[in-house]
Amino acid sequence: MPAFLLSSKFHNLQELRHSASLVTKVFIQRDYSEGTVCRFQTKFPSELDSRIERTLLEETVKTLNSYYAEAEKIGGQSYLEGCLACATAYIIFLCMETRYEKVLRKISGYIQEQNEKIYAPRGLLITDPIERGMRVLEISLFEDRGSGGSSPSSSMSSGSSAR
Amino acid sequence: MSAVMITRKVRKWEKLPGKNTFCCDGRVMMARQKGVFYLTLFLIIGTCSLFFAFECPYLAVHLSPAIPVFAALLFLFVMAMLLRTSFSDPGVLPRALPEEATFIEMEIEAANGNVPAGQRPPPRIRNVQINNQIVKLKYCYTCKIFRPPRASHCSICDNCVDRFDHHCPWVGNCVGKRNYRYFYLFTLSLSLLTIYIFTFDIVHVVMRSVDNGFLNTLKETPGTVLEVLVCFFTLWSVVGLTGFHTYLISLNQTTNEDIKGSWSGKNRVQNPYSHKNIIKNCCEVLCGPTYPSVLDRRGLMQDDSLVSATCAAPSSSSSSNATPQTTKTTAPLIPNEHTPDDAKPSIAASAEKSPSPKEELPPASKLPPLASPETDAETSIAKDKTH
Repeated sequence: MPAFLLSSKFHNLQELRHSASLVTKVFIQRDYSEGTVCRFQTKFPSELDSRIERTLLEETVKTLNSYYAEAEKIGGQSYLEGCLACATAYIIFLCMETRYEKVLRKISGYIQEQNEKIYAPRGLLITDPIERGMRVLEISLFEDRGSGGSSPSSSMSSGSSAR
Repeated sequence: MSAVMITRKVRKWEKLPGKNTFCCDGRVMMARQKGVFYLTLFLIIGTCSLFFAFECPYLAVHLSPAIPVFAALLFLFVMAMLLRTSFSDPGVLPRALPEEATFIEMEIEAANGNVPAGQRPPPRIRNVQINNQIVKLKYCYTCKIFRPPRASHCSICDNCVDRFDHHCPWVGNCVGKRNYRYFYLFTLSLSLLTIYIFTFDIVHVVMRSVDNGFLNTLKETPGTVLEVLVCFFTLWSVVGLTGFHTYLISLNQTTNEDIKGSWSGKNRVQNPYSHKNIIKNCCEVLCGPTYPSVLDRRGLMQDDSLVSATCAAPSSSSSSNATPQTTKTTAPLIPNEHTPDDAKPSIAASAEKSPSPKEELPPASKLPPLASPETDAETSIAKDKTH
């Protein structure tokens, strides 16, 4: 097992980006089976077989899906917010944060936490879907520069570090 | 000859592909052709100013002071909705970054298998099942993504827009997921304003004519004639448009889907997004969650550009994918995305503009400004001498 899998080696994600080199990226696509609500597929990508346990990734994706469902839920609170905003000609949105934005902040915190606890120690990095237009859940695979490159470097690696 | 590499921090909107114009350092986002939008503004503001100047003094005294007050409130609401529709991001989907595009290409090639030489590869389509209905997702060659359901590519703005309705030249922007409800409220409130002004114009003329005679009235308030003309033509178009969109909302359809006949019922095709309940559909479209923009327009990014040392000012050296954001005020295009029912909302409103939800529209920036006040000019100079 490559040395960087010991979590003590990387103290934060910045270190991961600088010390490791990007091998490839895996993209988890949107699941449109329930309409246009934001949901990601829980299908496990084969490239991650050797890197992370299935259940961990599924848990992450399921939690993200539940956050998005909460943000896009059409119910009492969204009606109230919509009617109140309409009554003020939407000027209130200049000062107030919408429910969706609040949930997005929660999601961002959750992804950061997951990255630090689970993914960075395994040489992976999850990018917040909002940075990719909510189209895909991007998982970057890193390889420790020091090690001899035990996993095959895919030809599609652009060589540039993830943004 | 020596060239200098300068790294600057720029706002992301300066590097966005697509044919949009941005103002207020990325806060305002519109299409390139804004001429018709200015016409809309002029008609609304002009007609309302005439109303406030000619009719309101008489009506406030002889009928009720509530009349101009209500007109003013309605006018402010119309302007707020118009500006919100025009200035906000309609729901543009950002283009795929190179790695994502390559990943999708590989998936497509794997799905298509080996295509014999000389034969055209099959069209890039992905089928998904939504509510027991097969929906085809098309691949966008410009944005290099499979478009989500209900998204469409606007040829005028050169962007894929989520829940694309149509491109409206009158508001100078696309109408999509994020600004559809503002657009609808704009047409609705404009209809009300038109009816209101038209009605009170008639009332005013009748009341004055009783005292002074019809011709004298027209001489005293010449603005009335203009207002009545504008309102008359506006009524038919805007009220019709509002009715059409009310129908679409009750069925949870977009103009784009209606024009293409996607859910017309042929071949047992039903709209999978409709809740089959008018109230639920209306609530979802008008009172649903407010989706945030996924285009990070005001975020900062690094821009590396090569500047020739002989140049006096670095203003001509934007990086390769900077789109020149020139504004063309030519006549409106009617492209394939444009709805035929979109006629002129030609009501003019009062000159008094209250603070709108967004900042006032400054002159559109012609080129991405290199030195906007918040740009952090970090110069890491790497001299690159070529002899």
